[in-house]
Amino acid sequence: MGVVFVLSLIAALAVAYRFLGDYMYRVVSGTRHSAVERGVYRLVGVNPAGEQTWGVYARSVLAFSAVSILFLYGFMRLQSYLPLSLGFDNVMTHGAWNTAVSFVTNTNWQWYSGESTMGHLVQMAGLAVQNFVSASVGIAVAVALVRGFARRRTDQLGNFWVDLTRITIRILLPISVLATIALIIGGAVQNLSGGTDVTTLGGATQHITGGPVASQEAIKDLGTNGGGFYNVNSAHPFENPTPWTNWIEIFLLLCIPFSLPRVFGRMVGQNRQGYAIVAVMSVLAIASVALTIGFESAHGGTVPQAVGAAMEGKETRFGVPNSATFAAATTLTSTGSVNSFHDSYTALGGMMPIVNMMLGEVAPGGVGAGLYGILVLAVITVFVAGLMVGRTPEYLGKKIGAREIKFASLYFLVTPALVLIGTAAAMATKNHETALNVGPHGFSEVLYAFTSASNNNGSAFAGITVNTAWWDTALGLAMLLGRFLPIVLVLGLAGSLARQQPVPESAGTLPTHRPLFVGMVAGVTVVLVALTFLPALALGPLAEGL
Amino acid sequence: MTVTTVTPEAPVAAQRGKPVGGGLLDPKQLWKSLPDAVRKLDPRTLWRNPVMLIVEIGAVFTTVLAITDPSVFGWLITVWLWLTVVFANLAEAVAEGRGKAQAATLRKAKQETVARRLTGWGTDAEREERVDAVDLRQGDIVVVEAGQIIPGDGDVVEGIASVDESAITGESAPVIRESGGDRSAVTGGTKVLSDRIVVKITQKPGESFIDRMIALVEGANRQKTPNEIALNILLAALTIIFLLSVVTLQPMAIFAKGFQAAAPDTQAINADGVTGIVLASLLVCLIPTTIGALLSAIGIAGMDRLVQRNVLALSGRAVEAAGDVNTLLLDKTGTITLGNRQASEFLPVDGVTPEQVADAAQLSSLADETPEGRSIVVLAKTGYGLRARDEGVMPHAHFVPFTAQTRMSGVDIDDRQIRKGAAAAVMKWVRDNGGHPTDEVGPIVDGISATGGTPLVVAECVTGPSGTTARTLGVIHLKDVVKAGMRERFDEMRRMGIRTVMITGDNPLTAKAIADEAGVDDFLAEAKPEDKMALIKKEQEGGRLVAMTGDGTNDAPALAQADVGVAMNTGTSAAKEAGNMVDLDSDPTKLIEIVEIGKQLLITRGALTTFSIANDIAKYFAIIPAMFAAVYPSLDRLNVMRLDSPTSAILSAVIFNALVIIALIPLALRGVRYRPSSASKLLTRNLWIYGLGGVVVPFVGIKLIDLLIQFIPGIS
Repeated sequence: MGVVFVLSLIAALAVAYRFLGDYMYRVVSGTRHSAVERGVYRLVGVNPAGEQTWGVYARSVLAFSAVSILFLYGFMRLQSYLPLSLGFDNVMTHGAWNTAVSFVTNTNWQWYSGESTMGHLVQMAGLAVQNFVSASVGIAVAVALVRGFARRRTDQLGNFWVDLTRITIRILLPISVLATIALIIGGAVQNLSGGTDVTTLGGATQHITGGPVASQEAIKDLGTNGGGFYNVNSAHPFENPTPWTNWIEIFLLLCIPFSLPRVFGRMVGQNRQGYAIVAVMSVLAIASVALTIGFESAHGGTVPQAVGAAMEGKETRFGVPNSATFAAATTLTSTGSVNSFHDSYTALGGMMPIVNMMLGEVAPGGVGAGLYGILVLAVITVFVAGLMVGRTPEYLGKKIGAREIKFASLYFLVTPALVLIGTAAAMATKNHETALNVGPHGFSEVLYAFTSASNNNGSAFAGITVNTAWWDTALGLAMLLGRFLPIVLVLGLAGSLARQQPVPESAGTLPTHRPLFVGMVAGVTVVLVALTFLPALALGPLAEGL
Repeated sequence: MTVTTVTPEAPVAAQRGKPVGGGLLDPKQLWKSLPDAVRKLDPRTLWRNPVMLIVEIGAVFTTVLAITDPSVFGWLITVWLWLTVVFANLAEAVAEGRGKAQAATLRKAKQETVARRLTGWGTDAEREERVDAVDLRQGDIVVVEAGQIIPGDGDVVEGIASVDESAITGESAPVIRESGGDRSAVTGGTKVLSDRIVVKITQKPGESFIDRMIALVEGANRQKTPNEIALNILLAALTIIFLLSVVTLQPMAIFAKGFQAAAPDTQAINADGVTGIVLASLLVCLIPTTIGALLSAIGIAGMDRLVQRNVLALSGRAVEAAGDVNTLLLDKTGTITLGNRQASEFLPVDGVTPEQVADAAQLSSLADETPEGRSIVVLAKTGYGLRARDEGVMPHAHFVPFTAQTRMSGVDIDDRQIRKGAAAAVMKWVRDNGGHPTDEVGPIVDGISATGGTPLVVAECVTGPSGTTARTLGVIHLKDVVKAGMRERFDEMRRMGIRTVMITGDNPLTAKAIADEAGVDDFLAEAKPEDKMALIKKEQEGGRLVAMTGDGTNDAPALAQADVGVAMNTGTSAAKEAGNMVDLDSDPTKLIEIVEIGKQLLITRGALTTFSIANDIAKYFAIIPAMFAAVYPSLDRLNVMRLDSPTSAILSAVIFNALVIIALIPLALRGVRYRPSSASKLLTRNLWIYGLGGVVVPFVGIKLIDLLIQFIPGIS
C-alpha cells in the first residue's frame, strides 16, 4: 500500500513537471494580458509593459508585503466588528502581528486554533487571500532570478505586479478550484456554518465548527502555505477525510515546487538544466522520506516497542508510512501543514522534519522559494567546483564573481543566523520554559519552532506554548527576516547576473547538468547544513535518539 | 634578425607531457622564513586575512584563560592555536621569500651607472655630458658603446649592437638591438657587447623595467585578484556561520548541563557551559583555516611560477584571466611554424630532369643568404648529391640580387642566365627573352599554392650561336614547416575548451593548408593589425576571453585590447607597455604554458577550499562527543574514532588543524597537479582527491595524533 502510494505520487509529479511546468513557463513569459488582468493593472495604476530593475522589483515586493501585513493586522484587530465573526473577539496585538507576518511570509505558523479564534471573514478575505498572493510573491521572485540567468546585458528583471497578477489568476486560482472540488467530493467540508452542537457518545456536548474548509485546504497545500482551518490541521477529518484526499494534498503541496525547475530549464533554453535541478531536489527528498519512514518504522523507545508501532500522535486512518511521508513532504516543501504530531515522533524520526527545514527549504521547498534557494546553493557549488576545473566559475555562462558570491553567501547566512540566534535567545532568556518537555526533547521543541519560522515552513513540533508576547514577537521577526532578507538578496543576485554577457560554453566549462554536479549540489547542501547545525542537533534529537 | 637563441623545436618537444610544476620546497626555507612569520603576527598585518585574525583573537583569548586558570590542557591548546597562526604566516613568508631571492639578483643588475647624455643630438651642436643614470628623464638621448651598461629603458634610435641581457633574462647568449623596426627596445641594466647605439630614454625615473620586476617578484604591491576576492567573501561568510554556531552553542549547553546537573564537570563543560578554551578550539577547528592560511601563498606562488618561466605578469588579474582564456591568437611564423620556409622538392617541367632543376636552383641560390635560399642549397645536396659550389670557384659568375621590382634573383655565368622567383615574374622574364613558358608550370604552381606552399619558378636563358633560348626548367616547392608536437598541443587546448586561431599574412589558401596541418581550429589570413584588433573585439563581444602575443608597435593596440597580452621582451617599448605580461625569453609558444599556470592557480585554490571544508566533518566527530558526552552519554556513539578522552580528542583536532597547514605548504607553492583535460574529468579527479581525501585524511590524522598525545600527563 505504502509503495503504491509513493510510486503513484512520483508518477503524477513527473507528469506535472512536464505539463504544469510548460504551462507555468507560458504564463510567466507570455506577452498578452487578459481583460481581467488589464482591469487589475488599471486599478492599481501599473503599466504592464514597463519592466523593473532589481531594486525596483525588490521595493515592489517589500511595499506589497508591508501593505498586506498592515491590512491583515487591522483585519484581525477589528474582527469582532465585522460580519461572520462567529462571535470571536479581536485578536490580541502580538498574536495579530505574528499571524499577519506568518501569512504574508508564506509561513503560516499558527499560534492559535483556527476554529476557535478566527471568524469566517478573516479566514476567507484575509488569510486565504494571503495564501494566494504570498505564494505568488515567492514564484515571482524565483522567476525574476531565472530571468537574471536567462537575460543578457540588461538591468530589467520583469514587472513584479504583472508577475504577481498572472501567477495568481492563471496558475493558483484554476488549480485551487479543481482541487477544492476534488476535496469536497472526498468529503471535506465547505460551508459558512457557525458550527453545530452535538452530544457525544460520552454524553458531553461538543461544538463542531464548519466553514469554507475545502477551498482553504486546496490553496493551503498548493501554495505551500500550510495554515490549516483547524488547529489539528490536515489531521482533521473535515480537512483531510480519507487516504486518497491525503494523496491529493501531498500532490498539491509538491506539484508547483517540483515543476518550477522546468520553468527554469525552459527559460534558460536548456531543459537539461531543469532536470538537473529537479534531480537534486528529488535525491534529497527521496533520501529524507526514506529516512523518516525508516526511523518511524524502527520505532525505537520503550512505549512504541511495547505497542508495536510509533502510533502516538498519528491518525489510525493514515498509519505510519503515510504519516511519515506527509511529515517529510510538508517540511521539505515549506508548507507546514501536518497530518500527525511531529512532537510525538521517535527522536530521530522527529529530527528529520527539522533537518528538512534546515536544508533551507530547497527539496523542493516552498513555491518559488525552493527554486531560488536551490539556485543559490547551485551558485555556491559552482563557485567551488568551478575553481577546481581551473576557470573563473560560471553558471549558465554567467560568471560567479565577488558580487554574485557576496549575495549568495549572505543569502546562505540569513536563516542559520536566525535559527541559531533565536534558539539561543530563547534558552538564554528562559522562554524555553513554556515547552512541555524538559531535557533534549524540550530543546528540540524550541529548535523546531525557530527552524520552522525562520525557514518559513510554519509547521509546529507542538508541545510548546507559543502564544506569549515573547514568542509571538520573536517568531514573527524570524519569519519576517527569514522571508524578505533572502528575497532582497536573491533579487540583487538576479540583477547582477542579468547585466552580464554570458560566456559561451566549451569543453573547459563545468557541465551543470551531469549527475556529478547533481551529486555535488546535494552534497554541498547536506554538508553545509550538517556543519552549521550539528552542535545544536547533538543537544536535541541526537542526544535523545542515539 | 631573430633574437631567440633557443633551437626552434627544443622548447615544445622538451615541455611536452611535462606537467606545470614549480621548484621544490627547501626545508631550510621554512626555518629562514620563521622570523618573518612571527613578525606577521601583528594584527595590523593580519587583518587582511580575516580567518587567521579570528584564530589569533582565539589564541589571545585562550592565553588569558590559561594564565588565569592554568592547566596542561589549556596551555597546550593555547600553544597550538598560536602555532596555527604562525604556520599560516610561514606559508606566506616562504612564498614571498622566493620572490625576495629573485629580487636580490635583480638589484645587483641595477647598479649605479653614469649615462653619457647627448644634447642637441642630430644637430650640429651635438654635445655629450655625463650624468647619473637616476637623473635621466623621459626623452633624453644617451649614447652607449661596447662594454658599457645601458643606463635606462628606451628605444634605439641610431645604430645596431649586440646586447647581453642575461641580467634580466638569465640567457647568456647576446641579442641584437637595432634602430627602427621591432627590435629596438633596450632595457636599463643590460650591457652592450659590441658597437655603438644611441638610445632615447622612455622610462620615468624610478619606474624602469627592473624596478617594476623587483616590485612584482617581491609582491610589494600585490593586489587581490577577482577570484581571490570572491573566495575571501565565501570564506568570511563561512567563518561568520561557524562563529554563530559556536557562540549560540553556549546557552544551549548551559541548558543541557542544567538538565543533567548530576553529570560530572569536565575540562570541556561545567555549570557555566562549555569552557572558553574548548569553545575557542571548536571555532578554530571549524572555520576554514587551511585555505585561509594558504590562500595568499597560493597567489604569490602562482606569480612566482610564471617568473620561473621568465614571464612577468604585470598584474595577478592577468594570470587569472589566462586560466579563463577561450581563444588563443597565435602568429603563424615562429609560433606554429619554424621561422622560415624550406625547400622540400624540385619539380621539373618539359623533359628537364630533376637533377637539372636542382643544379640550376642551387646555382641561383649560392649567393642567396636568406633561409629560403640556404634551404635550396641544402636540399640540392641532400636530395641530389650536389655539393655546394663556392662562389669563388666560379670567377665568371655574376650574382643578381633579389629586388622588390624584379621579384627574382639569380646568377649570370658566361652566356647562361638563371633566374628564380615568383611565378608571374619569372614567366614574364622568359617571355621577354623570347621563350615560351610551358603550360605545365601553371598547374604545378597552383598545386603547390593549394597545399600552402610557395612555388618558386626556375628558368634559364642561354645565349648560343643560334640566338637566345629562354625556357622554364621547373618549380621549387617551398614549404612552411610546422613545429614538432604542435598538433598534440592544439588537441590538448581543444580538450581544455580553448579555441586556437592562427594569424598569418599568407593568402587564405596557404593559410588553410597550414592550419589543417598544424591542427588549429581557425585561421585569419592576410591579416593586417586592424584585422587582429577586429577579431579580438568580435570574440570579446561574444563573451570570450582572448590571449595573444605580439612584439611590434603595430601589435600594441591589440595587445592592450586582449585580456591576456604577452609582449615579447625583444619587442618595442610600445608593445611591452601595452601587454599585461612580458616574456623575457620571447618565445611565443609560452602562451600555452601561461594558460596552464593560470588554470593551475585556480584549481589549487578550489581544491584546498574543498579539502578545508571537508575536514570539518571529522573534527565534529572528535569535538562534539568530547564536549557533550559527559552530559548526554549517548553522544559518545558519535566518537567513531574512539579517541582516548575528551581533552585528548579536542587537542588532537587542534593539532591536526595546525599541522595540516604545514603539510600543505609545498602543495600550495607547487600548485596541484594539472594535466590538460576536459572540465568534467578535472572535476571528477579533484573531487575524489581533495573532496574524499578531505573527509578521510583528518579521521586518520586525528586518530594518530590522539594515539600519541594520550601519554602526555594531564591530557588523558
